[in-house]
Amino acid sequence: MADITRNEALLQYCLHRGDSNLILGQRISAWCGHGPVLEQDIALTNVALDLVGQARSYYQHAAELEGKGRTEDDFAYLRNENEYLNPLLCELENGDWGKTIMRQFLYDAYHLVLLQSLRSSTDEHLAAIATKSLKEVSYHRRYSSEWVIRLGDGTPESHRRMQVALDDTWRYTGELLTSAPVDENAFAFQLAPKPESLAKEYLGFVEGVLAKAQLTIPEIAPTAMQQGGKKGTHTERMGYLLAEMQHLQRVHPGATW
Amino acid sequence: MDTALLEEQFEARIAADDRIEPRDFMPEAYRKTLIRQISQHAHSEIVGMLPEGNWITRAPSLRRKVALLAKVQDEAGHGLYLYSACETLGIDRSELLDQLHSGKAKYSSIFNYPTLTWADMGAVGWLVDGAAIMNQVPLCRCSYGPYARAMVRVCKEESFHQRQGFELLLTLSRGTEAQKAMAQDAINRWWWPALMMFGPTDENSPNTARSMRWKIKRFTNDELRQKMVDVCAEQVKALGMTLPDPDIKWNEERGHYDFGAINWDEFYNVIKGNGPCNKERLDARNKAHDEGAWVREAAAAYAAKQAAREAQSAEAA
Ligand SMILES: [Fe+2]
Ligand SMILES: [Fe+2]
Ligand SMILES: [Fe+2]
Repeated sequence: MADITRNEALLQYCLHRGDSNLILGQRISAWCGHGPVLEQDIALTNVALDLVGQARSYYQHAAELEGKGRTEDDFAYLRNENEYLNPLLCELENGDWGKTIMRQFLYDAYHLVLLQSLRSSTDEHLAAIATKSLKEVSYHRRYSSEWVIRLGDGTPESHRRMQVALDDTWRYTGELLTSAPVDENAFAFQLAPKPESLAKEYLGFVEGVLAKAQLTIPEIAPTAMQQGGKKGTHTERMGYLLAEMQHLQRVHPGATW
Repeated sequence: MDTALLEEQFEARIAADDRIEPRDFMPEAYRKTLIRQISQHAHSEIVGMLPEGNWITRAPSLRRKVALLAKVQDEAGHGLYLYSACETLGIDRSELLDQLHSGKAKYSSIFNYPTLTWADMGAVGWLVDGAAIMNQVPLCRCSYGPYARAMVRVCKEESFHQRQGFELLLTLSRGTEAQKAMAQDAINRWWWPALMMFGPTDENSPNTARSMRWKIKRFTNDELRQKMVDVCAEQVKALGMTLPDPDIKWNEERGHYDFGAINWDEFYNVIKGNGPCNKERLDARNKAHDEGAWVREAAAAYAAKQAAREAQSAEAA
């Protein structure tokens, strides 16, 4: 550890936060125009707007820290897959509405406890982004929690779909709560909490909502938890996601949009 | 009171520029005309989300991505206000949606054209939202209160969309050769369909006279189309681009721009369902609706269970 400077640790951590929000925002933005009912189309688009907006704040901070003239768009559009530091959970396909909501819920619950802690980061700018985002993310968590409960405890069909969604997605939650180098470095400079320290609160909340939704957390071996995204080792999906997102910037190098 | 007298009073209120409200008497034909027009408008907003939604995941900068997402979301909001306005006339949103999904209801034929490049996001904003504003600003004074009020909110946002689209094209027009070509190509493809958005010529628009008498409509199709041509013929100069019509020429005598003949065969063909994307658009709406059925059913079932639980605990208390 600590053979990295504070500035480098902070820069990497900002990219990790930006990437997580951007990639999940990119995923859910694909629902816009295709939601199950107009009101929920609008609501989920709000979440996408918040997440991409927050990603921009982190990237803008990263650009300043780096001081090499790169912009938010350079980070978003001109980095390769192995430079992206989002947890795998964020890049999973949308699936049906239930799977989208489950992925969202599992992320929102983590996002909220993380931001609460990031408010006391020794980097004031990071703390300020966290404070500002917290209001939005409390709404995200309330929204996805309500839908997990509604669908889990709705009809037999919706219950079945939500249980499948949970079974498929749960193995990506371990990474959220496990330190990767980007977390360790940030923790060493008191920029961010150790993810492990958030586990109790995270699991407490998640278990509470899933119980209300009458859903059962699958029993899987700890080694079945999938990780790597925070170190830049992604799933096969990630290349396709970036190919789509970055297409215009890659085809027209240096153009202004 | 007999209907003849009520109708006479209704016509007098219209003549006096009174607003008609949902509980007021209105002739059946007035109600039907409004349901048709408002629901077509609502459907257009919702179907209109699809061509622009096509580029959300590929927007070339984060600023543009956020702006486009917000724009498409605005259109969803417009759909929502308009369905609500339509419901005040005594018809359910679900029935209106059924009409859309079965292909019985119409929506603006412009949305049956494809968005092929990023520049289309600019051309759609400038020309399609632009034409929508021309059509809709007079509707803010429509005789039917709920529709007029919905239009006030909608028009504010549409004019923002229009400026945003123009600004997007302006950026491309100052960009690389490839970007300039992309912008000109988009304008070429969207210009004529945008002019068709005002509907058939006045002589082929049999309902216009009655709608104008009822103050649902304030200008004829051809009047609005001319206004659009006059505005765009000027604006396109700021882009350093051209409109794909060699006959556009200022006519001093008329005080308007002359323009070339519209291909009405194309217009009627698209209306009939044979446009490039009619099938895709309708399929996409049906897919979203069908695949969302389990979600809507679950939400209803959950709400019913909650109500039953609350009733039970109230009884126990
Ligand atoms: Fe609209
Ligand atoms: Fe509109
Ligand atoms: Fe619009």
